[in-house]
Amino acid sequence: MSDAVAEAPVADAAAAEIDASLPYNNAVPGAVLGRWAEESDGGLIVAADKLIPLMTHLRDKEEYDFLSSVTCVDYSKYGGKLRAGVSERFDTVYHLYSTSKGGGHVKLHVRVPENDTVPSATAVYPGANLQECEVYDLFGINFEGHPNLRRVLLWDGFNGHPMRKDWHEAYYDEDAKPFKSRHPAKGYEFHEDKLPWGKNTTYPEGWDPEDWREPITYVPVSQAPGHDELGELDTESIVVNLGPHHPSTHGVFRMIARIEGETILALEPEMGYLHRNHEKIGERNTWLMNMPYTDRLDYINSMSNNLGLALAVEKLMDIEVPERASYIRIIMAEFTRVINHLWSIGFILNDLGALQTPALYAIEEREMILDLFEEVSGARLMCNYMRFGGVVRDLTPNWIKRALYLVHERLPHTLDELDRLLSGNEIVKARGKGVGYLSPQDLIALSISGPMIRAAGIPYDIRKVDPYCIYDRFEFDVPTLPDGDIYARYYIRLLEARESLKILRQALRDIPGGEVQGLPAFASATIEAGFGTIMGGRGGYSFRPPEGEVYQRIEAPKGELGYFLVSDNKANPYRYHVRAPSYINLNGLGPMSVGYKIADAIVILGAIDIVLGEVDR
Amino acid sequence: MYGTGLLKGLGITLKHALDTFRDDSKDVPSRYADSIQLDNRRRIIEQPIDQEGLLTIQYPEEKRLLPERFRYIPMLIWDTQKNEDLCTACGICAKVCPPQCIWIVRDADENGRPVARPAEFYIDAAVCMSCSFCTEFCPFDAIKMNHDYELAVYDRYPQLVYDKEELTVPVEYYAALWPSQYAAEEEVRQRKEAEARAKEEAKAKAAAEKAKAADAPAQKRSPEELQALKEQAAAKAKAARSGGAAGGEDAEAKKARLEELKRKAQERAKQRKEQGE
Amino acid sequence: MASVDPAGFQQLKEQQYLHDQITVPAELQSNVLVTTLDKAYNWSRRSSMWPLLFGLACCAIEMIATAASRYDLSRFGMEVMRPSPRQSDLMIVSGTVTKKMVPAIVRIYNQMAEPRYVLSMGACATGGGPFKEGYNVVSGIDKYLPVDVYVPGCPPTPEALIFGLMKLHEKVERQSIAKVAWYRKESSGFVPVPILGPDIFDPRQIQLIRENTLGEGAASRSSGGGEVRVMPELLSDDVKQNLEAIRTRYLAKMKQPA
Repeated sequence: MSDAVAEAPVADAAAAEIDASLPYNNAVPGAVLGRWAEESDGGLIVAADKLIPLMTHLRDKEEYDFLSSVTCVDYSKYGGKLRAGVSERFDTVYHLYSTSKGGGHVKLHVRVPENDTVPSATAVYPGANLQECEVYDLFGINFEGHPNLRRVLLWDGFNGHPMRKDWHEAYYDEDAKPFKSRHPAKGYEFHEDKLPWGKNTTYPEGWDPEDWREPITYVPVSQAPGHDELGELDTESIVVNLGPHHPSTHGVFRMIARIEGETILALEPEMGYLHRNHEKIGERNTWLMNMPYTDRLDYINSMSNNLGLALAVEKLMDIEVPERASYIRIIMAEFTRVINHLWSIGFILNDLGALQTPALYAIEEREMILDLFEEVSGARLMCNYMRFGGVVRDLTPNWIKRALYLVHERLPHTLDELDRLLSGNEIVKARGKGVGYLSPQDLIALSISGPMIRAAGIPYDIRKVDPYCIYDRFEFDVPTLPDGDIYARYYIRLLEARESLKILRQALRDIPGGEVQGLPAFASATIEAGFGTIMGGRGGYSFRPPEGEVYQRIEAPKGELGYFLVSDNKANPYRYHVRAPSYINLNGLGPMSVGYKIADAIVILGAIDIVLGEVDR
Repeated sequence: MYGTGLLKGLGITLKHALDTFRDDSKDVPSRYADSIQLDNRRRIIEQPIDQEGLLTIQYPEEKRLLPERFRYIPMLIWDTQKNEDLCTACGICAKVCPPQCIWIVRDADENGRPVARPAEFYIDAAVCMSCSFCTEFCPFDAIKMNHDYELAVYDRYPQLVYDKEELTVPVEYYAALWPSQYAAEEEVRQRKEAEARAKEEAKAKAAAEKAKAADAPAQKRSPEELQALKEQAAAKAKAARSGGAAGGEDAEAKKARLEELKRKAQERAKQRKEQGE
Repeated sequence: MASVDPAGFQQLKEQQYLHDQITVPAELQSNVLVTTLDKAYNWSRRSSMWPLLFGLACCAIEMIATAASRYDLSRFGMEVMRPSPRQSDLMIVSGTVTKKMVPAIVRIYNQMAEPRYVLSMGACATGGGPFKEGYNVVSGIDKYLPVDVYVPGCPPTPEALIFGLMKLHEKVERQSIAKVAWYRKESSGFVPVPILGPDIFDPRQIQLIRENTLGEGAASRSSGGGEVRVMPELLSDDVKQNLEAIRTRYLAKMKQPA
């Protein structure tokens, strides 16, 4: 279909095909070719050559100014009926939201055959930058007009594009779990024995390692402006590499900066050092098996990652969640937000040079919350607590009492103390105020979300503008600060943690108890026999959601966390994509750092608050 | 005045330091308020939520009281009354395991027919992600999460691929670690058994005469074999999969350690009981 | 690890790793000086073992929690986490090792001064963990570096990490200044840095890979006196043994009827 249009861009011919009943066809003639698989959520199939005019229209006239997610689906092995007739192999999916109107999304699909190109959305939404790189890296789709299309997660020279359905790794067993070799008639088998070299590596046939020369790594900062434009000091600009092993990069993250003296001329993030194939493994896992894997995305906030996936699958399967379970979820998600903000405040200060004291104070309080998590879920960090239709186990008897003490006494006191310790500190002010500034418009254009944009005065919080779970029942404010600098990003986290405590107080006050119609109230019984409960969860591990796709986003502590799932009515997801806030917020790192000192870049990165598990997935 | 913010902050750090000294100078510092003293050095700490001052737990002398639901690596339960594995090698745990780290070989009798009992059972601790799905979905309550985290070893192979013997623990050990869950499961089991017995009795009465002729149940294992197995399992269970540090501890030490663990668990159970009341 | 003959190596390994008891060699049995020196030497190394400030993934968060006030690594003289490999004695590999990261890790390891130890923290670093099947994940750092202590768990709780560190202390205490590898002439702890090709490859395995990609009997050009580009000068014996063991296992497996 799109082929026909692409090959015959004659105005008259295209005009003849225009279906005026489709949205936006009046504004941008011929852009929308049809609806995506008769779905109710309004997916539109867009002609590749009209994508940019349509996006421009949507951004300028319809106020869809926020490109949330760009991803791709490889339809070559699709097993369902709904999309059996899709002729093109790849489908790039765009989700657009509005920060001013709020509400739901506009979903655009551009279907392309193999080896074809898609126009890059970076011209309209600069925030597509890293996401298009990721799609190029993992699917091999070329984005025409992308300023800097490169392999971000893997390295130059890597053989193939691993997220394609026909690409298999060295330890590949089967397309879907459970693997047959585990039961009932085979002994333990070393994966290492699969290949003679005992590692999970594969090499193309006929490749000679002795002839291999590593490709010269492309340094994207080399096109920085010449040194004579800046100041009278006649120094040569140099490239400085930070990471991947560096104490201030919050993990294995690398920054390449071109500096003149100490001033940054250009800075480019380089990631992939913790790329552990979350999505590839996720497509092999059954739906439930992905739950513990989400813990390891943003490993500081496992509870809110759980919540996102649970909500997405529930949306797909239309599962109702009992009241009590929803309350428990909100309580956990908000405690997680407090943990995250305490942690990030501690480490922003660490980066500022307040070595360890604020971080240690923050970690002390975090341990108290982790104790609560451990009591209900059994683990401090990787809680794996939520299930589709509820949570795995009920709260323990004394839990609420302890939580109330934390919420009413201990944590407010801690936050006040941190406030007094840090907010008035002259060094923090001097290092933070006015540093790392980016205008609100730029932040939105770069698809940055979470505390980052609220620190620039945009009251955009998904809990308010597009409520999920039961957030619409609680009274809380969305704090904003006008400054948009590091100090504001530090301070907004303190304010947000206070708002979280407000929600927690209401939730702990209102949480209903007891059983509902003889069923445990912490999990739904939509699927046979107390799905996901520890006492009776039989058979709940291999269900098949109906065909369809879903995009569910939540306000994770770090920003907008989205799950994009495609189901083809199998026991495992056909496509499983995570829109990770940390990753997309890194779009802003370069623009934010330019013009500041190299020491500021460390704090700017710290104030974005990234977690590498989520950046690289 | 410039610098007041700094001074204020320094005041807060000073207060923290003084808090610690004040708390430590009490007869019982607040972090020890709810703890159990084992001997004059060792104790099990349950940190109160309103703890002040220093909160350091001086592991290994002081250990944190683990909550009942704590999960680390799975263990297999050995029914000490019937002297058999609770596991029936149905393979559900291997199916739900997200990283697929469980390997089961089903046992077979002389004729090669499958028997509902595992011949081999492996968990690769270097892959296990402690998600506890295996325990959630096991229909026979045969696999549970162990609380033992002291598993560090010097060699990966084969110590970290736990086999059936290393994984098996007696049911009492489980009952001590997970008291409330065990009680709940026991209740369900007894109810079911009572129902089954009632049914059985009704059935048996009717079929008593008919069944007489066919009363030659194939003993699956000879008594000697059973005895040997029992001893073996008891020994293994006692070792309670002590980290597989081959040669790392001798039998004496292992025994002592297990005893200590057991006592700890019992104390914990007792304490929990007291708390509950 | 020094290159010694296999039998001697086995003995050394038993003494160092399995630590049933320290068998004092006959020539040293009357040597009081060495044992006393050993005690002092090991005590001082054990009591101030500085770890490398090196976090990879989730486990790093637990490592930070271990170093923070609640578990307080400074009780073991380990609170000084050095960001520089030159100043540190212990590398705690805390988290998933990816193929893209492993050259950097090996390089850092090579930069650490002897005596150096590697502790593999968590399932991922030990054996790939839940991500073992992934295309960008190294299934265990021991594929590239000699590991002293493995701590399973996902993630190990701080207590479990401290237990692993105490195991390492035990191991240190059993070493003898007369036998440790790093004072020997032939000692070379250099680990060749893996290279990012179409997939990552270990320079030590080039011949093996060639045989596989180019067919059986592909002769190595470098063995014919040509330029030796990436082959290391020394292959330590445990690496050799390890490779040989893997290979025999593989060959045995291939011979089995399907």
